[in-house]
Amino acid sequence: MPKLENIKKVLVIGSGPIIIGQAAEFDYAGTQACRALKEEGLEVVLVNSNPATIMTDVHIADRVYIEPVNVEFIENIIRKERPDSMLATLGGQVGLNLALELEDKGILREYNVKLLGTQIRSIKRAEDRELFKETMEKINQPIPESTIVETISAAKEFAKEVGFPLIVRPAYTLGGTGGGIAESEEELDEIVNKGLKYSLIGQALIERSVAGWKEIEYEVLRDADDNCITVCSMENLDPVGVHTGDSIVAAPAQTLTDREVQLLRQASIDIVRELEVCGGCNVQLALDPYSERYYVIEVNPRVSRSSALASKATGYPIAKVASKIAVGYTLDEIQNAVTKKTTACFEPSLDYVVLKFPRWPFDKFVTADKTLGTQMKATGEVMAIERNLEAAMLKAIRSLEIGLIHLDMPELRDVCDADLRDRISKIDDERLFVIAEAFRRGTTIEFVHEITKIDRWFLQKVMNIVKMEEVIKTHPLSETIMRKAKRMGFADITIGQLVGKEAMEIRAMRKEMGIMPTFKMVDTCAAEFEAETPYYYSTYGQEDEVLVTDKKKVCVLGSGPIRIGQGVEFDYCSVHSVWALKELGYETIIINNNPETVSTDFDTADRLYFEPLTLEDVLNILDKEQPEGVIVQFGGQTAINLAGPLAAAGIKILGSTVDSIDKAEDRERFDQLLTECDIPRPQGFTVFDTDGAVKAAETVGYPVMVRPSYVLGGRAMEIVYNVDELKYYMSHAVKASKEHPVLVDHYLQGTEVEVDAICDGTDVLIPGIMEHIERAGVHSGDSIAVYPPQTISEHVIKTIINYTNKLALGLEVKGMINIQYIVRGSEVYVIEVNPRSSRTVPFLSKVTTIPMINVATKAAMGVSIKEQGFKPGLGYFPDYYAVKAPVFSFNKMSNVDITLGPEMKSTGEVMCVDYQYSRALYKACIASGLNVPHEGSILITVADQDKPEAAEIAAGFEELGYQIMATGGTAAYLKEKGINVEVANKLSDNEHDILDDIKEGRISMVINTTNHGKDAERDGFKIRRATVEHAIACLTSMDTARELQRVMSAMRRRRVVSVVALQDLAWEE
Amino acid sequence: MHKIARKGKLVLKDGSVYEGELYGKRNAVGEVVFTTGMSGYQETLTDPSFCDQIVVMTYPLVGNYGINPMFNQGDRCFFQGYVISELCDHPSNWTNEKSLEEFLDEQDIPTLVGVDTRAITRRLRNYGVIQGVIVPSEMPQEEVDKLLATPDVHDQVEKVTTKKIYKMGDGKFNVAVMDYGIKRNILEYLVSFGCNLTVYPAFTSAEEVLASNPDGIFLSNGPGDPKDLTEVIENIKKFLGKKPIFGICLGHQLLALANGADTYKLKFGHRGINHPVKDLVEHKVCISSQNHGYAVEEESLKKINAEVTNVSLNDGTIEGIKYLDHPTFAVQYHPEACPGPGGHEYLFERFVKMMGGQK
Repeated sequence: MPKLENIKKVLVIGSGPIIIGQAAEFDYAGTQACRALKEEGLEVVLVNSNPATIMTDVHIADRVYIEPVNVEFIENIIRKERPDSMLATLGGQVGLNLALELEDKGILREYNVKLLGTQIRSIKRAEDRELFKETMEKINQPIPESTIVETISAAKEFAKEVGFPLIVRPAYTLGGTGGGIAESEEELDEIVNKGLKYSLIGQALIERSVAGWKEIEYEVLRDADDNCITVCSMENLDPVGVHTGDSIVAAPAQTLTDREVQLLRQASIDIVRELEVCGGCNVQLALDPYSERYYVIEVNPRVSRSSALASKATGYPIAKVASKIAVGYTLDEIQNAVTKKTTACFEPSLDYVVLKFPRWPFDKFVTADKTLGTQMKATGEVMAIERNLEAAMLKAIRSLEIGLIHLDMPELRDVCDADLRDRISKIDDERLFVIAEAFRRGTTIEFVHEITKIDRWFLQKVMNIVKMEEVIKTHPLSETIMRKAKRMGFADITIGQLVGKEAMEIRAMRKEMGIMPTFKMVDTCAAEFEAETPYYYSTYGQEDEVLVTDKKKVCVLGSGPIRIGQGVEFDYCSVHSVWALKELGYETIIINNNPETVSTDFDTADRLYFEPLTLEDVLNILDKEQPEGVIVQFGGQTAINLAGPLAAAGIKILGSTVDSIDKAEDRERFDQLLTECDIPRPQGFTVFDTDGAVKAAETVGYPVMVRPSYVLGGRAMEIVYNVDELKYYMSHAVKASKEHPVLVDHYLQGTEVEVDAICDGTDVLIPGIMEHIERAGVHSGDSIAVYPPQTISEHVIKTIINYTNKLALGLEVKGMINIQYIVRGSEVYVIEVNPRSSRTVPFLSKVTTIPMINVATKAAMGVSIKEQGFKPGLGYFPDYYAVKAPVFSFNKMSNVDITLGPEMKSTGEVMCVDYQYSRALYKACIASGLNVPHEGSILITVADQDKPEAAEIAAGFEELGYQIMATGGTAAYLKEKGINVEVANKLSDNEHDILDDIKEGRISMVINTTNHGKDAERDGFKIRRATVEHAIACLTSMDTARELQRVMSAMRRRRVVSVVALQDLAWEE
Repeated sequence: MHKIARKGKLVLKDGSVYEGELYGKRNAVGEVVFTTGMSGYQETLTDPSFCDQIVVMTYPLVGNYGINPMFNQGDRCFFQGYVISELCDHPSNWTNEKSLEEFLDEQDIPTLVGVDTRAITRRLRNYGVIQGVIVPSEMPQEEVDKLLATPDVHDQVEKVTTKKIYKMGDGKFNVAVMDYGIKRNILEYLVSFGCNLTVYPAFTSAEEVLASNPDGIFLSNGPGDPKDLTEVIENIKKFLGKKPIFGICLGHQLLALANGADTYKLKFGHRGINHPVKDLVEHKVCISSQNHGYAVEEESLKKINAEVTNVSLNDGTIEGIKYLDHPTFAVQYHPEACPGPGGHEYLFERFVKMMGGQK
């Protein structure tokens, strides 16, 4: 029972969809919170719009609302459920903001809901700029001096007081334009002058710059009795200036004296006590590298990405403890979940080093500005645990899955010395690699330190790695050198490359030398107390402390860092697979390296190995554990890519075999299967060079879809309309070769339909079919998906069932299969088949109530679908509708085109369910953050081929009372069709143009598609970016526009807000 | 400098052997203990309480920020030997004056590097503290055995205490400080709380100390088994009731013995900077710096008029005692930190208050 009296029913606020800056860490935190509260016997009501999460599973909370996370919907949930309390500090910034809004609007008071944990006053004192300043001043905690100026003379006055450098941030500008760091009065003059001009309100914020100082973070927990501990200190390798989410971070702090550590620790505790935080809090500080001066940069009175990292880095479950504190426990009343002997009121001691490395989406967004600064750009991160920093760094790099296995980026070898030196000063995703390359060419640590301000200690570690490469290259590979290299974290493959041998040869050599990794436990206490956590990492030490059991066991491979195309959905799948295996009585082993996730919670699997997902690292674990086999189909492409090499090394792949995977991925074999099964597909060829591509395109006919083979998330996939575009693509977008062929397919326009099915080798279970609103050509991950399908006929459904059965059985799938079809009239074509779990599985599992991963895992382990009590074939259609909508993070990425296409661009997704289709769709649009206007002007500027459709849509919107604006060609066409159009000026230098209209708020939504052609593309790009920066909706697919128009029309006649708990979804059989 | 290290080993009395690279010329023989602090290696190295021990650092990276005399807690390092996983040869911090390697060389501390310190820690945790030696790899077993048979030392306090009386501070409370191996930060704390210190060698007679008529007496931390210090205990008995007394660590144990309670050796001690201590009077938990291998026996307190004021949240052992017959109290942990967390200043305030009451 909770310590606090009168609490029986708690509303937990989730963080919503995954966007840059708010990712899987809140699934981990939220899941822990729900469980911790349930443990106390509380009834838990959860709201979170993100279906791809464990926390929104029906068994995690008693009432699960997958609904938009905003005040309107939450008020409805409160009205319906009448919770007596609410926990908001585990739902990220979204949760905090909602708590403030609900309080401000009097909703908490009205419904008598008590806010648990950190209270409103504390949140305000941490979040509100002025209140925060006041609070820090009260307790003598220094924050960077700042002021708001409207004149240059005021700026100069401030500079006299504070000195240089100063950061200038113009108020209300787009994407931070006009700001900068001033080192002198002249520079200040220039930057402020410009800044005041750019600022819409003629104001600029001037603040002391501590760029280049050490950035240190503390994770702090405090209870209502004022007991206060710090769980972990963290030191950013990147000095102040780079967002901590984009920084490489080490734990614990490495370059601080004990006095500095204690100084900042005490400051953090003093702050958290003064704020009266009740739960978790993150404190970020800047420390002068040359004195004990420091500034408090930021305080987040909630669990965060950093607290997830600290939890995984130390083994201390911050979110769980914060939840217990929220219901009234004190730290010393809560058990240490790791040792089970001591309490949660202690500070973990690490006997290893942890390094976090961000994962950026620049492989997807090739045009994006890669400069790292105060705006976070990473979509995910990896964490590595080792006994020294070099090894942790190399493990982290191997975990990133950016095609590198070492601190060595081959492309940089071709960069000339001068350019390389220039690049050292450029803070981007490749900086660490640039530094390593510079060291290889003789650049000194001092030189790099002067430019980057990265602490020499970290630079020395990079240098050590570079020097070790040299030692390996120039000496015979003795046992001593081999041991040293392995201790420093060098992969077999790296050592092999340095000495001209294959990785497997090196592996054999070191096994011969008796150099094998040992496994150690993460136990929160540096081995001081016996611990029971099954949480391990590898290192080349003397003692292996991990005892292998004689139980039957299975290993599940996780999916690594969150990236575009491989998100939290795959973590959801891994976790469910582990749970299913436990049900079958297996001891479960999971290998993963993502600190944000539920899969890397130490009580998910029986054993957690926090390791890179490479062949060597995985084989080391399998060598030791000797499981019956490995399951790869739930860990996304990460795990699938390991299937072949693992099988070749003699490891049994459970479920669908490597041959099944190959049959689906190998063009010829797949074509053969389709021919055998008599299933049509758009005609296409595999080509190895430009000539081949041109020939293929001529044969199948333009437009063609081109892409490299073996990709996930449509990487480098494009639709090209003519031979010139094709040639450009072949020479710029891909590097085609014998090993890396390119696929050229006829691009078929039609309705895209997606199926996830389960096969046990005999029978096929199709839980549901989803129809995409956007026609084929928009990546399935970026499309709005509707379940059950709305427009396809009974006949087509039958065909889809038939094809799905044939493909699943033909590929000898055991487990999950994902198939994408294109429907044109009554014709069904197959476009893609993956014998693995897909991104839509969590969504479908939730809306069909069939626990798909559970069934698929058991099928893979040999329990038939029928034995599991399920009826093969297509599941029944329910009497409700579910819509999954993509969520984008374009506002975090400058220079990225937001047009939807075959390349996936979304970072997350939301789902909404309702008994009315249009309401489900409307809710999904709201939940996805699409700023749907209820009135105002809609600007339409579309390509020629889209004009007829645009006219229909425009007419629809006009009828709903919206004004229509359009550019020249589109306007003329619409006028012709009898629509009342205001003509908007195309982009020009002097006239008032569309961009001005957008800036001035005259346009509330844009519908835009572009003709091919440089000018049109450039203008379209500018318009679309302007919509992002002004947060107005921009639709780039005519299908989305049409559907939205219909929905808006339907919503005029219906009550908009209604909420449905997953537990209440009615099923009629 | 960068001397080439030899191959070396740590051999424990139970026969386990841990190989590494050996820095330093001499062999080390002593009780092997581990400490879990992740920062503060210099404070630990110069803490006289570690006299004659071989200290294992559980945190693998040591020496990161170098050495600066301002962090010293004693005049020198009294370790027998040092065992670490990685010795940082390029320290980086604005306070850095020399590398840890240079310091260890100057202090002549045999250091074994590149060792699986977690493995040793697990061994010590399971078997308890144990005698061990650090020797070159090639040393034959008979010689190792001979070294391992070196009798236990009992004279650590003699080694670490001040040789002559000295004074510190100019506050209004005259405090007689009994130096059993005092850490510098305790002295600094007392001074900062307005004390005028006279620091006495450990074996100064009670009469001599009392003759100066101090306002209070402070019993310091220090190395070894409190029961070895029979003379000191007799002296403390003479202090009881005469003046307010405050003891830390060894001082805490000696006070207990002088009051008629008992002490015992812990299996593997408390050494680190993350130990939670519950103050039963103030009802709050503080994270503390600790370094002790002995503790006061709880049963033995029942026969005397004393109250347990603090306990360890980790194992429930006694961390603080208030004696009810006279103004005397003591804590087992290190409120002066260095290394480790602060937040315990109230104990020094309490001591000062006691003296204020007397004046």
